[in-house]
Amino acid sequence: MSKLVLKNVSRRYGAFEAVADFSLELQKGEFVSLLGPSGCGKTTTLRMIAGFAPPSTGTIEMDGQQISAPSGVVPPERRRMSMIFQSYAIWPNMTVGENVGFGLQVRKMSRAEIDRRVDAILDVVQMRNLKNRYPSELSGGQQQRVALARAIVVEPEVLLLDEPLSNLDANLREEMRFEIRRLHDEFKITTVYVTHDQSEAMVTSDRIVVMNKGRIEQVDAPHILYGRPKSRFVAGFIGRTNFLEGARQGSDVRFDGFTAPATAVERADGAGPLLYSLRPQAVGLSAQKPTGPGLAVEAEITDRAYLGEYWDYQARPLGGVKAIRVSTSPTLVFEVGSHVWLEIDPAAMVRVE
Amino acid sequence: MTASTGEAMPAGIPRASRWDMTWLLWIAIIAILLILVVSPFVYLVITSFQAERTGDFTLSNYATAYGRARYIDALFNSLQLGAGAALLAGAFAIPLAWGVARTDMPGRGFTRMLVLATFITPPYTGAVAWILLAGPNAGWLNRFFMFVTGAEAGPFNIYSFTGLVVVIALYSFPYIFIFTTAALELVSSEMEDAANILGAGTWRTMRRVTLPLALPAILGGLIICFLEAIALFASPAMIAIPARFNVVTTQLYQFFGNPVRVEVAAAYAMPLLGVTVLLILAQRLITSRKGFATLTGKGGERRPIRLGPWRWAIFGYAMFVATLSVFLPYIFLVQSSFAKAWGRGFSLDNITLRNFNFVLFEHATAAQSVINSFLYAGAAATAAVLITLGIAYIVTRRLVPFAEVLGFLCVAPFVIPGVVLAIGFYAAYAPPPLSLYGTALILILAFTTRFLPIGYVNASAALRSLNPEMEEAVRVLGGSRLMALRRVVAPLLKRSLLGAWLLIFIPATRELSSAIFLYGPNTKVASVMIFDMSEEGNFEYLSALALILQLLTLPLLYLGQRALGRDFMLRRTAT
Repeated sequence: MSKLVLKNVSRRYGAFEAVADFSLELQKGEFVSLLGPSGCGKTTTLRMIAGFAPPSTGTIEMDGQQISAPSGVVPPERRRMSMIFQSYAIWPNMTVGENVGFGLQVRKMSRAEIDRRVDAILDVVQMRNLKNRYPSELSGGQQQRVALARAIVVEPEVLLLDEPLSNLDANLREEMRFEIRRLHDEFKITTVYVTHDQSEAMVTSDRIVVMNKGRIEQVDAPHILYGRPKSRFVAGFIGRTNFLEGARQGSDVRFDGFTAPATAVERADGAGPLLYSLRPQAVGLSAQKPTGPGLAVEAEITDRAYLGEYWDYQARPLGGVKAIRVSTSPTLVFEVGSHVWLEIDPAAMVRVE
Repeated sequence: MTASTGEAMPAGIPRASRWDMTWLLWIAIIAILLILVVSPFVYLVITSFQAERTGDFTLSNYATAYGRARYIDALFNSLQLGAGAALLAGAFAIPLAWGVARTDMPGRGFTRMLVLATFITPPYTGAVAWILLAGPNAGWLNRFFMFVTGAEAGPFNIYSFTGLVVVIALYSFPYIFIFTTAALELVSSEMEDAANILGAGTWRTMRRVTLPLALPAILGGLIICFLEAIALFASPAMIAIPARFNVVTTQLYQFFGNPVRVEVAAAYAMPLLGVTVLLILAQRLITSRKGFATLTGKGGERRPIRLGPWRWAIFGYAMFVATLSVFLPYIFLVQSSFAKAWGRGFSLDNITLRNFNFVLFEHATAAQSVINSFLYAGAAATAAVLITLGIAYIVTRRLVPFAEVLGFLCVAPFVIPGVVLAIGFYAAYAPPPLSLYGTALILILAFTTRFLPIGYVNASAALRSLNPEMEEAVRVLGGSRLMALRRVVAPLLKRSLLGAWLLIFIPATRELSSAIFLYGPNTKVASVMIFDMSEEGNFEYLSALALILQLLTLPLLYLGQRALGRDFMLRRTAT
């Protein structure tokens, strides 16, 4: 049975629809991210799951029981969830130990039991030695660990995270992504994670919900989302991509600067323009005409940037107008203006709406 | 919808869960607010249309209140007094504020300290000191003038319109100082650098850039000062009445004399109320102009402007103002408090401790009046802080619909002059069945109401600085809203609430203009005591009592500075 079910949930503020017709089922122990640009409704969705805001329409169920509906909500304190906030919300008037033990105290556990569990979870997040410190004496990363420990120690039914890493610097953020996933693998808590950072979502999640303007664009595992985006928005939001517009011409599809047989590309039907997403890594680049099975397209390098881990080339097919972006190994060097060959695998071109 | 897991999760939607115990608390707080703010105001208006004794509808109170030329004159006197005092106070305050906030003037901290000393000097204490200084013939300044020039009479006469303007300006200029420094401290040096690099010198930059940017705040301060001057009761009563002219507040006091004509007083109070409401609206409009976007406190460092030798000139001016408001008054208050007769001067055989002994131990009610002041002020400050904290919480967390109305009611007393508020309280709670006139309760209620705005401004600022996620974290872990208030909100706000308490307590120990209409024989407060002594001409006892009151304030100031920083009384939220 599903752990958490959102059915046609929406949330309106006056005339503004922050979340529209949102439906999602989470399996027990699943880690799902809500990913999207700011203002896409992901935090609002999370706050509805937590019970801080009632939905305008639709319902939310946990373990088969309704916990949110427009007519009323089970208050947050009775949902047995826990949440990690963007600001961490570590109470500055309590020590690390008191912060972490708070939820257990509310659950009326004995002093000894609280101590035992607090020590155990602080060991897990490697904060045991700082148990008696006050939050103002901790670094951002340490506060983040306290927030994690405080949320996990109560063994919540569902763990909610609201952009928990957005206040950390880049290195720490990368470290904490893996930390969050490690804790999830250890405790198997059903988790909803809100973020606008695609790599955060990809590292941590079993499935990612891409949201835009209050609506769900696509729900899939990270590699499917990247490899087979369904919409232009998803293809553009997750990673970098080329958008190629083609038109059916007899048995071919004509693109800007090259043509492909209609049988080779995905769903090359219909009369109107056909839009495809082509990842820069999926394009080959060479000085000689390639001999592989892909389409060979003659092109000219119009621009390039060296990013250490790869070269980012702009190559314009001869006879075309728009350049195609290509990523290559950092050892493959072409000057701007040089004449090159692109190798495009039609199967890597994904039709998007 | 099958298995049920744990009793904490009832099936279906528990409607009652929206109603927890905290709702009772909210309703109680709202009820108190209605009693404190709405009811006195409503009674004030109703009473002004009621006939004495019968209570029938009548317009005759208005006919009486505006039926004589001298009553009308008093209204115009008040307006002139307010304008004069505000302009003079501006002349005192603006150069000082600029010097302290933006230049390398020497003694900036010292000047701030002296402005604070002025600010905590009650207007009536200042007025008494100036009677000692500039009373005709016997005043020290006149005697010094006669001594130096050998003239028959001195040029100064405190018992005049000009004298009253000077005394009020001297003790209300800190308001303008507070507003102006607050604004100037937000003008970024980059703004001034931009003018300098285009060739403008220090003075031109100040005139064309810095002052215009601070202008809305300065105007705001002038308006507050004007309102303070027209609402003031003590100084006019001590100076205008002997000088044989009236202002609105002294005229109201006379309507309250035997027999009490509260209906006429209520009718006569309306212009004062109207002018105050209009000007506060104007002030809000001016200071909230979005065009002055630099006043956001962001961006740019602030370096003091180098004045060269001019810095001594502005320092000299600061010391001149301080001499008038602090040094001279306190020298002669101290002299008078230790003197057998103040007029006999500084000779050793004139020194005695008898005055302190008398007011502390022998006088029938003086010591008790000081205790009363502190008790009532303490009760009022505590009540005001608790009520405004509750209201500010309701408003910032939007717990009830139309919560903004509650916030508005909390700051509304700001536009009700103390004298008018007292008349409202008298009209609402003096008649049976409550018959609260002369009780400690009515004084505490009136003080609480009077200082609600200070409490509210501070409480809501403190709450807004508190991330709501702090409370949400409690709730998501299973704690109730009350637990969040008790375990997280209250401990985190301790410091700012102590500050708000002091900001109310200190002025409440000196409050006169509402107390003078509401006290009874057993509930005399120190300010009323001092006022009585001035009417009897007992300046030696009076000085002793006034100094005791000032001395008792010092530990409170120290406490406030420890909790909130050195300038806690000179911030915008303090007024």
